[in-house]
Amino acid sequence: MSGVEGYIYPNEVTLYWSVLIVLYPFITGLVAGAFILASLERVFRVEAVKPTYRLALLTALAFLLDAPLPLQLHLGHPERSPEMYFTPHSSSAMAMFGYVYLWYLMAVLVFEIWLDYRRDIVLMSQQSKGVLRVIYKIMTLGSSNISERSLQIDEKVGWIVTLVGIPSAFLLHGYVGFIFGSIKANPWWSSPLMPVVFIFSAMASGIAAVMLLYMGTAKLRRQTIDMRCVDTIAMYMFYIFIIDFSLEMLDLVHRIYEADESFRSLDFMVHTKLFFSQIVVQIFVGTLVPLILLFVTQVVKLPELARKRIFVLSGCLILISVFAMRWNVVIGGQLFSKSFLGYTTYKVDLVTREGLLVAIGLTILPLLFLWALVKLLPPWPDKSLHEAAAGD
Amino acid sequence: MSGLKDAGHLFRFAGLFVLAFLVFLVVRAYVVPKSFGEYGHYRGASIGEIAARPVRFAGHQTCETCHTDIADTKTKGKHAHVNCEACHGALAQHADDPTSLTPVKPDTLVLCARCHTASAAKPKGFPQVDPADHMGGVPCETCHNPHSPAMGSDSSTSAATGGAK
Amino acid sequence: MNISRRHLMVLLPAAAVAWKYVLAGTPEDAPNYQMSEHWWGMLIDIPKCIGCGNCVRACQTENDVPDGFFRTWVERYHRTDYHLENPEVISPDGGKEGFPVVSGGAAGDYFFVPKMCNHCADSPCTQVCPVGATFISPDGVVLVDQKYCLGCAYCVQACPYGCRYIHPTKKVADKCTLCYHRITKGLTTACCEACPTGARQLADLKNPNDPIHEFLRTHTVQVLKPQMATGAKAFYNGLDGSVR
Repeated sequence: MSGVEGYIYPNEVTLYWSVLIVLYPFITGLVAGAFILASLERVFRVEAVKPTYRLALLTALAFLLDAPLPLQLHLGHPERSPEMYFTPHSSSAMAMFGYVYLWYLMAVLVFEIWLDYRRDIVLMSQQSKGVLRVIYKIMTLGSSNISERSLQIDEKVGWIVTLVGIPSAFLLHGYVGFIFGSIKANPWWSSPLMPVVFIFSAMASGIAAVMLLYMGTAKLRRQTIDMRCVDTIAMYMFYIFIIDFSLEMLDLVHRIYEADESFRSLDFMVHTKLFFSQIVVQIFVGTLVPLILLFVTQVVKLPELARKRIFVLSGCLILISVFAMRWNVVIGGQLFSKSFLGYTTYKVDLVTREGLLVAIGLTILPLLFLWALVKLLPPWPDKSLHEAAAGD
Repeated sequence: MSGLKDAGHLFRFAGLFVLAFLVFLVVRAYVVPKSFGEYGHYRGASIGEIAARPVRFAGHQTCETCHTDIADTKTKGKHAHVNCEACHGALAQHADDPTSLTPVKPDTLVLCARCHTASAAKPKGFPQVDPADHMGGVPCETCHNPHSPAMGSDSSTSAATGGAK
Repeated sequence: MNISRRHLMVLLPAAAVAWKYVLAGTPEDAPNYQMSEHWWGMLIDIPKCIGCGNCVRACQTENDVPDGFFRTWVERYHRTDYHLENPEVISPDGGKEGFPVVSGGAAGDYFFVPKMCNHCADSPCTQVCPVGATFISPDGVVLVDQKYCLGCAYCVQACPYGCRYIHPTKKVADKCTLCYHRITKGLTTACCEACPTGARQLADLKNPNDPIHEFLRTHTVQVLKPQMATGAKAFYNGLDGSVR
C-alpha cells in the first residue's frame, strides 16, 4: 500500500480531516486574536493601540465571515449542516459551533461594530447616493438618533459587549481546542492544555495579523505609521507568544517525561514525518527567531526603520508558525496509527474540493471581505464626514 | 423616559434577534423529523430503516429446512458447525425463490484450500495440508465429502447431490 | 422437489415470521422482536480463528462494503521474544483473501485477531456526534443514521479502534451495524454465519440462555483497549497482551 509504513488499521489509510480543517482553527484564531487586540483599548484602556481599534474589529468580522466556508466544503453533506442548529447534540463540542458562532457574530462583533460606527452610518446614510444610500439606511435600522445621549448609551453598551466579547472570543476558539483535546482515542490531541494552547497561539496570530494589516494599509494610503501604537502591539504580541511557547514546551516536556504507550510512535513521527513542519518551521523559524528578534526590540533601543522591519518579519513568522501548529496538530494527529505501529501519508490535492487551491482561495477571501468592509465602514477618521455633519 | 427614547435603536437591534428567534422556532418545528428523540437524541425511525436492509445470507436454519438430507450428513461429521453459506456463498435469493437462482457448485480445489492450506500461522490441531503434496491438483471432493469430510466417515465419496429431497 | 413458501412457514415458524418481513422490506421490526429484551455483543474466540477471511468477505457481500474500507477485518500477530513491546502485525487487504502461507516455524507462533466495531456501551463516537446521527440503540447496537449524518468525520476520529470510515460515495459515516437487519429477524450476523470454526459468535447479554454468560464465567476474556473505558461489548477469549 503506497504511503503506508508499518501496521495501521485498514480504515486509517485515508486522512479524513484535510488542510481545510487546518485552515478553520487558523481563521477563527485570527478572529479571536484580532478581537482581543480591540478589547485591549476598549476594556483595558491601552490608549496606544487605539489607531487599530476599528481595523481590528473589521478584520475579525472579515475572517469570521470566511470561517464557516472551509467547514462547509469539508462536510460530506453540507446541506445538512442546519441540523447543528435544530438538533445539536449537547455532549458534542462540535455541536456548540453553530450557536457560539452565531452568538459571536451577531451579539458581539456585529453589535459592537454597529454601536461604534452608528454615528458614521447615520451620517453616511444621509450623505451618500444610490445603492450605498439604501445599504446605509438599512444599517441604521431606521433610527437616525445620534444625539449626545444616545451616543453615550452606545459607548456604555459597547463597553459591556466588549467585556462579554472577551470570554466569547475565548469560547469561539477554545471550543476548537477542546474538540481536539477531548478525544481520548488520539494521544496527540488528548490534553487539557489543548484549548489553552489554541487560545494563546490564536491571540498571537490575530494580533500579528492586525499589526501587519495596519502597517500595510498605512503604507498603501501613504499615511505615517503610529510607532507608539505598533511598539505597544508588538510588545503584547511578544508576551503572549512567550506564554504560548511556554505552554507548548510544557506539553512537549510532559510528553517526553511521562513517555506513555504512544510516546515512541509519536516521537518517531515528529522526527520524521513532522520534522520540517514542526521542528524547522513551527519551532525554530516560526517561534525562536521571532522571539529573539522581538526580545531584542524590547531591551535595545533600535531606530524606527529597524523596528518596523523586525515587526513585519516577526509578524509574518508568527503567522506561519501558528498555521504550522494547526497543521501539526490536525494532520499530525492523523498520520500515525492508533495501533502505534505505523503511519500513513497525507498528500494535498491541488484542485479538489478540499485541495490546496481551495485552501489558498479561502485564505485570500477574507482579505477581499476586509477590503469591502473597509470601503463600507472606513476605520480611519474621515474629517470630511464629520465636517459635513457639523455644517448641517 | 428620554433615556428610553435615546436607546430606541437598541430596541430595534434586539427586535431583530427576537424576530430571528421566532422564525427559527417555526422553521425548526417543520424541519426536525417527527421521530427525533423517540428513543434518544437521534431519529427513531432510522432504527427501522436500518433493520429493513436486504438480507443476502439466508442462514443455515433456512437452508436446512429444505436440504434435510445434507443437514443430516453434516451434523454427524467434522463440518457440523460449518454453515452452508460459508462455502456456498450468500443464497438468500435462492431460499426465497429456489428456481430464481441455482447456486453454482463451488470448485473444491479453490474453496477448500482457503481454510485447509497448511500454514505455520494456523492454530495447532487444525486440519491442514500442503495442496501440492496432498493431492497434486486433484479436486478435494474426489476423496472427501465436503459435507462430512473425514475419511472413512459415514459418507460416500461423491459430493452432495444438491437440491431438496 | 419444489418446496413451497407455505411449506416453509410451517417448517420453521420463527424464521418464517421474520422472513415475511425480510421479503416485504417493511420498516417495522418483526413483531416478535422487542428492543428492550436484548443487549447485543459479540464473542470472539482467538484460539479458534484460522485467518481464512470468510467473515470479511461475507460482511462485504451482506452489507455492500466498498473496497478499501472495512466493517470488519482480521489481523495476524507473530509471537516473538519481544512481541509484547514490538508486535509484528499484518492485515493484507483486511485479511479478505486470507493470509500468506507461513512455511516452517512452530504452529502457535502466530495468532489471528478479528476486529470490528465493539458496540461500546459508553461509546466515545456517539458522544462526539454533533447532530445525533450516530447513537446506541436501545438493544445495544451502535448505529449510524445515514440520512442524518453530515459526514464531518468527528466520530471517525473519536473511535479508538479504527472501525469507522467515511463511505466514499455516500459521504456519510459507516461501520459495522452488527447486521442489525439480520439479528432483529432471529438470524445471526453475516460474519458469524460465515465463520467455519465458530471463532465469532453473536451474544445477547440479556438472554439468560445465551452461552455467553457461562463463557464469560469460565474463560479468560478481555476487551480491546480496556484503559479507554469504552464499555466495549466485543469480548475476546485468549487475547494476547500485545494486541493493539
